[in-house]
Amino acid sequence: MSWLAEPFQYEFMQRALVACLLIGFTNGFLGSFVVIRRLALMADALSHSLLPGLAVAAIFFGLSPGGLLFGGLLAAIFVALGGHLIAQSSRIKDETAIASLYIVAFALGIAIIKYAGVKVSLDHFLFGNILGVGDGDLWTTYAISCLTLLLLVGFQRPLLLAMFEASVARTQGVRVGLLLGLLVVLIVLAMVSSLQAIGVLLALGLLILPAATMYLLSDSYAVMGWGGAILGTLGAMAGLLLSFWANIPSGPAIVLVLGATFLAAYLFSPKYGVLSRRLRKRHLHEESLERWKH
Amino acid sequence: MKPVLKLEDLTVSYNRIPAVHHLSVGFFAGSCVALLGPNGAGKTTLLKAIAGLLPIETGRIFRERGSGRSAIAYVPQRESVDWDFPITVRGLVEMGRYPAVGIWGRFGAADREAVAEAIRICDLTDLADRQISALSGGQQQRAFLARAWAQQAEIYLLDEPFTGLDRNASASFSAALRRLRDSGKLLIASHHDLKNVAELFDHVLLLNGELVAFGTTAETFTTDNLDRAYQTHVFSGHP
Repeated sequence: MSWLAEPFQYEFMQRALVACLLIGFTNGFLGSFVVIRRLALMADALSHSLLPGLAVAAIFFGLSPGGLLFGGLLAAIFVALGGHLIAQSSRIKDETAIASLYIVAFALGIAIIKYAGVKVSLDHFLFGNILGVGDGDLWTTYAISCLTLLLLVGFQRPLLLAMFEASVARTQGVRVGLLLGLLVVLIVLAMVSSLQAIGVLLALGLLILPAATMYLLSDSYAVMGWGGAILGTLGAMAGLLLSFWANIPSGPAIVLVLGATFLAAYLFSPKYGVLSRRLRKRHLHEESLERWKH
Repeated sequence: MKPVLKLEDLTVSYNRIPAVHHLSVGFFAGSCVALLGPNGAGKTTLLKAIAGLLPIETGRIFRERGSGRSAIAYVPQRESVDWDFPITVRGLVEMGRYPAVGIWGRFGAADREAVAEAIRICDLTDLADRQISALSGGQQQRAFLARAWAQQAEIYLLDEPFTGLDRNASASFSAALRRLRDSGKLLIASHHDLKNVAELFDHVLLLNGELVAFGTTAETFTTDNLDRAYQTHVFSGHP
């Protein structure tokens, strides 16, 4: 097993491993809500809109995790709320409103970064660097993970109701708008927490891929959530090792590993896999016979 | 006998346009009411207003029994549901217990019993562990009825529950509805197939922006009343 332990004799790898555990688990769990609610593209838009907030925060506070967190959060919430407002007050639909705002925000971010006093390369925000994760980053990620998991588990019942059928949830007294808003805030927090490790552009992979994989494997939201969390953790760790051995950046390595599991589930999932369904297809007569019985 | 649900001078708007005008009517327990009227007559608007989903412009809604949130169960139109949601029939019916259990409460033996009973009454025992998209239309409708039953509501509001159901499916669905009615519940369903009203419902409320007629099916479901409700002009309150 020395081949497995060897990379972790370096302190930066130990830190990277802890970061992987935290962001893999949290993003994997949160991702199930994102996939069920079909918010993947919304999350993508939010990840892009972080950029101007990060840039402004970098100008004022340098690269401190707290400042970046605050700046990114503010920018993303601004885009989410602004998009909602535009959709409510005009004939423009939600996705167009959000897309319009986030792409402008992204452009603004790239423009502002040029003026950041500290030496910040765009690459750092876009792709992250898990080997450069500091203690401050780890504490921030830890706090976000605890908060996210507590809120999601605590409010699981009303959240599920709100996501499944908003009107029924409202008749039962659930504050639907508030809960879905909370979900958006948690998505942004998770994005910011995985920023240092895998960057703005690849953070979406950690959020979506484990949940999408589990969605192909299970019909239970609970299995989807916890399974996604475990898959996200294992995938992030495997990606970290892959990046060490193959000498490629950690962000892409993690997303590639998770992408491979997604592809495998798409093809071979016992119930919903494309190939397994084809192999299992029975004679038409048997199928119609079974339908007849029900 | 006092009505369990009483509407007094009720006016409700949908997208800021009044859709139901000055409606006064009382519903009694243990009955199955059809809400009839042409498209745009305000059927869905009225259901949503009773469910508390739309603000009331004028008038009041009185409820005799159960003032709590769980006393009213709303069953939405089938098209508005995300059928690919990763949940089984049992999970769906368990959602009916959420108002009683609360956000953090424990799901106890009594809750499990209520869920099992609802599944049994709606004839879903064999299908309890199926994902909801793997059900037929009638079974899906029964699954939602089971959720409402598990909520132990007194008043059931159903939006077009028979739409898209074939003869057998609507027969077994209406059998489930009758079991609810016989246990003293009030069921109000918007409906548009005039051919089977007499066999499915005890009472009829004819609506056309305003009240056209309300009463037992035998007395109210007449050609004369239908002509008045389904005349081309829908009463919108505007000249």
